[in-house]
Amino acid sequence: MLKRTPLHSLHVSLGAKMVDFAGWEMPLYYRSILDEHQQTRTSGSLFDVSHMGRIQLSGPDAQRFLSRVLTRRVSDQPVGVSRYSLVCNEQGGVIDDVIVSRDAKAWTLVCNASNRETVLGHFNRVRRAESFDLDVSDQTEATVMLAVQGPKVISRMSEAMGADLSAMKRYTFQNLSVMLVKLTVFRSGYTGEDGVEVILPARMASLAMKMVGGKLDKPDATIKPAGLGARDTLRLEAAMPLYGHELSEGVDPVSAGLSWAVDFEGSFIGADAIRAVRDRGPAARLVGLVLDGKRIARQGTPLLAGGRPVGQVTSGTLSPTLQKSIAMAYVESAHAAEGATLVAQVKGGELPAHVARLPFYKRPAQA
Amino acid sequence: MSVPTDRKYLESHEWHLPEGELIVLGITQFAADELTDITYVKLPRVGDRVEAGKPFGEIESVKATSDLYSGVSGEVVAVNDALNADPGLVNRDPYAAAWMIKVRPAGPAPLESLLSAADYLSRTGH
Repeated sequence: MLKRTPLHSLHVSLGAKMVDFAGWEMPLYYRSILDEHQQTRTSGSLFDVSHMGRIQLSGPDAQRFLSRVLTRRVSDQPVGVSRYSLVCNEQGGVIDDVIVSRDAKAWTLVCNASNRETVLGHFNRVRRAESFDLDVSDQTEATVMLAVQGPKVISRMSEAMGADLSAMKRYTFQNLSVMLVKLTVFRSGYTGEDGVEVILPARMASLAMKMVGGKLDKPDATIKPAGLGARDTLRLEAAMPLYGHELSEGVDPVSAGLSWAVDFEGSFIGADAIRAVRDRGPAARLVGLVLDGKRIARQGTPLLAGGRPVGQVTSGTLSPTLQKSIAMAYVESAHAAEGATLVAQVKGGELPAHVARLPFYKRPAQA
Repeated sequence: MSVPTDRKYLESHEWHLPEGELIVLGITQFAADELTDITYVKLPRVGDRVEAGKPFGEIESVKATSDLYSGVSGEVVAVNDALNADPGLVNRDPYAAAWMIKVRPAGPAPLESLLSAADYLSRTGH
């Protein structure tokens, strides 16, 4: 039985094509993936991301515990700030990538839907093994999480919420009370656009939709619903990693190009292994590829150099913004330099694939 | 869901429409919706042979790649080049403008063993 978010009936009434994603019945698209992609890049989209895990940590040892399980430093993280971080195993393999936010009395960690049970299990094991005094509370099904993304979102949402969101810096959050509903607004996202993510009580889901305002299904709406299909093409253009593609327990943060999310002075779980990879240099690295032609190199596509396999694609699509076939891939470091040309072995053919600078898409600077 | 009743189907979602002596092939709206936005269609060349039950091309979308199957054997006499420049036509008009190939069938009664519209719908559970 698939889990449903509190907004399930709304998705169905908006004509969404629903699919199974990590055990949740989620909208893949409402109109078309391309349409929703462009809507996000040019105006605004609303994504139901309630399937993502929301774990609250509190208690006397919460900070010390997070210093053990997260690769990024938390001791200098101010209240009201969110940080992207990784949860690793002793071997330095990535168990999950998360956003951790520090509030006055508790920390909230947003993790991938597919990893929620694994992360909770890992946390409980570490807590017991090292006798940390803290509460780990799974808030996923008690809350709703929405991502509202696009260049017109901040002004539209400021209006709707009666709060000036434009003053918020990226990766900060604030607690607001809108129409007596307590909600948390984060200036973050997974699309490469400006925007916010909002967490609020599950029973207030329908109110949240009113707050976003207007009729979502009106053709000229500033903010329209978008599904997981567009979320994937958007994040790939922005070169944001997706767990199960670019990240797994077999990959360390250095190889994944995420050294910036690692405190190399830290004593977190996996620190020694990750420092060792940094010191000797990773055998393979995550790179961007632009392929000739319109064919897509999908996850698992082998990459060759001089007839020898040197890597594998982790994600690929036809970039709706660039109209080019793009991919991310792990490639042996000797072949991973920008400008190197490899051969992608797609079904029924071989395509030239050029190592390219990431991200593929960067939003225009605000005027 | 409904599908045109003037043609025959494969369970793999290809339609086959008689046009004089020729058979026109394409895919159903259901297949196009499942694939999502189509980005690339690989079709055979005029003069190539297709065989019943075998792939005649490939179709790609932002989500997936899949083979296109023919329900008839014969020679390809026309290919819809418009799909090269505008693969999204398959999403917008799969039963008319986004036809894929026209085949001159090798034998008599080429469509006999294919599914009727009603059978296609019941087989695919819609």
